[in-house]
Amino acid sequence: MSEPAIRITGLRKCFGDLDVLCGIDVSVAAGEVVCVIGPSGSGKSTLLRCVNMLEEPDQGSVFVNGVDLTHEDVDIDAARRRIGMVFQSFNLFAHLTVLNNLTIAQRKVLGRGKEEANKVALENLARVGLAEKANAMPAQLSGGQQQRVAIARALSMDPEVMLFDEPTSALDPELVGDVLEVMRLLAEEGMTMLVVTHEMQFAREVADRVLFMDGGVVVEQGPPAQVIGAPRHERTRTFLARVLDPIHRVE
Amino acid sequence: MAMSKRKRTRVIRVVQYAVLVVVVAGFAATADWGRLADAFFDLDVASGMFPDVITVALVNTLIYTGLGFGFGLVVGLVLALMRLSGVPAYRWLAGIYIEFFRGLPALLVILAIGSGIPLAFPGTNLDRYVSIMIALGIVASAYMAETIRAGIQAVPKGQVEAARSLGMSSGRAMLWIVVPQAFKIILPPLTNELILLTKDSSLVLFLGSSQLQYELTQFGRTELNQSRSLTPVLVAGMCYLIITIPLSYLSRYLERRTGGTRIRSAEATEIVDTELEATK
Ligand SMILES: Nc1ncnc2c1ncn2[C@@H]1O[C@H](COP(=O)(O)OP(=O)(O)OP(=O)(O)O)[C@@H](O)[C@H]1O
Ligand SMILES: [Mg+2]
Repeated sequence: MSEPAIRITGLRKCFGDLDVLCGIDVSVAAGEVVCVIGPSGSGKSTLLRCVNMLEEPDQGSVFVNGVDLTHEDVDIDAARRRIGMVFQSFNLFAHLTVLNNLTIAQRKVLGRGKEEANKVALENLARVGLAEKANAMPAQLSGGQQQRVAIARALSMDPEVMLFDEPTSALDPELVGDVLEVMRLLAEEGMTMLVVTHEMQFAREVADRVLFMDGGVVVEQGPPAQVIGAPRHERTRTFLARVLDPIHRVE
Repeated sequence: MAMSKRKRTRVIRVVQYAVLVVVVAGFAATADWGRLADAFFDLDVASGMFPDVITVALVNTLIYTGLGFGFGLVVGLVLALMRLSGVPAYRWLAGIYIEFFRGLPALLVILAIGSGIPLAFPGTNLDRYVSIMIALGIVASAYMAETIRAGIQAVPKGQVEAARSLGMSSGRAMLWIVVPQAFKIILPPLTNELILLTKDSSLVLFLGSSQLQYELTQFGRTELNQSRSLTPVLVAGMCYLIITIPLSYLSRYLERRTGGTRIRSAEATEIVDTELEATK
């Protein structure tokens, strides 16, 4: 079997004396979409942030396309170029136009020329349906539009994998759909995606695999129909009962 | 005494106004207006100051202030970055510098640096403008460092995380993402800093200079000695206000414009406010 896009082995992380990740082993194959679900505080964000080393693991390894990012000789900036990340709070650069949000890292990090960077940026803006907003400032956009720009910004770096940390949790309900639609298209194009989400419908329809995390460990994983539809563990059932609306619970 | 709270407030207000009127009227009645007018409003002396008071003195004040501010800004930025550095030695060095120069009277620093530089580097014959730039810049930098540091800290952490996740090094993230936003946040306090420095630029008169290098205060003082009239003081003062009042309005305008949306900039402004208090 070929090397998975993301391979996490024996990952541990604590903040002070709080054990947040207590030994995680997860692999994501190239082109696979994996959704991570679990209660608040279970360590989902920390897991995701360990994949691109925004948090430094205490123990264990994180391989992205075969490169061990926890190795001390690794050029972490170079590695991060190939790992796109989308945050719950968008984190668009507030002082730059939408277009410059998409071009600054291309130019300063990848060394692309202005013309090429603009071209890539406009292509990606079109991809998320916001080509006409190129000259707007982030503050002039709705939350949903900002998040789509954030996705386009990550895509402009031509990443090999994409990490999403609750990309729709900060959005008004009517704006969630547009963002999920962009993510669905991305998945269909074959992007490798690790997605923390509370959108069970999305996980059901788009994910190849669902992980349920609780207390810093992966309690249960499998195809969405199994983990969401017929969970084996009591903790998963309790969590899902709380998250899902009554219509889904009947199924 | 049975008086409602509102009524009491009104009575107190009336008493305050009455006292104010009496004090002002007292001054107005006892002061010798004729002599004051002769001393401060001598039109011949005033017109004799033009155009030099503008073309030489005002221009020099602007140049000295600009040089000092620019130098102070650069040094202040470096100090702020040192204060936030992960290297303890940098943090200490910057901390010592800031405490040292904020704790000394500006005049003393300017004298020490203005006359110290030629002693330290004999023969280099440093340009006077450079000495002034360094002297005023050092005075300004210690205050600006703390303002800039507060501005940098007011930029949300997510901005750096987004930059790092795109592969920017911490230095690039600081340069392209954090610092530009920090300066936007601290524009109002920096404008106040510029006002303070405009006034402090008068202190360079103690460094001695040729006539063409006079700034407003020295120009005013020289005219004062020659004319034996206080009019030059008034004229020079007016020239300062031409600079400082618009800046003051600009600062308030910027504060209003950014203040609403950026709650965290309050932190930066607050620090500068206490600094302003301290320098008074
Ligand atoms: N930088 C940090 N310093 C200290 N504690 C932290 C830090 N980051 C996270 N934690 C703690 O680690 C635990 C797991 O946090 P994490 O953000 O990974 O949870 P999560 O599963 O993403 O939760 P949520 O669904 O609320 O986002 C929490 O108890 C949190 O308070
Ligand atoms: Mg989280």
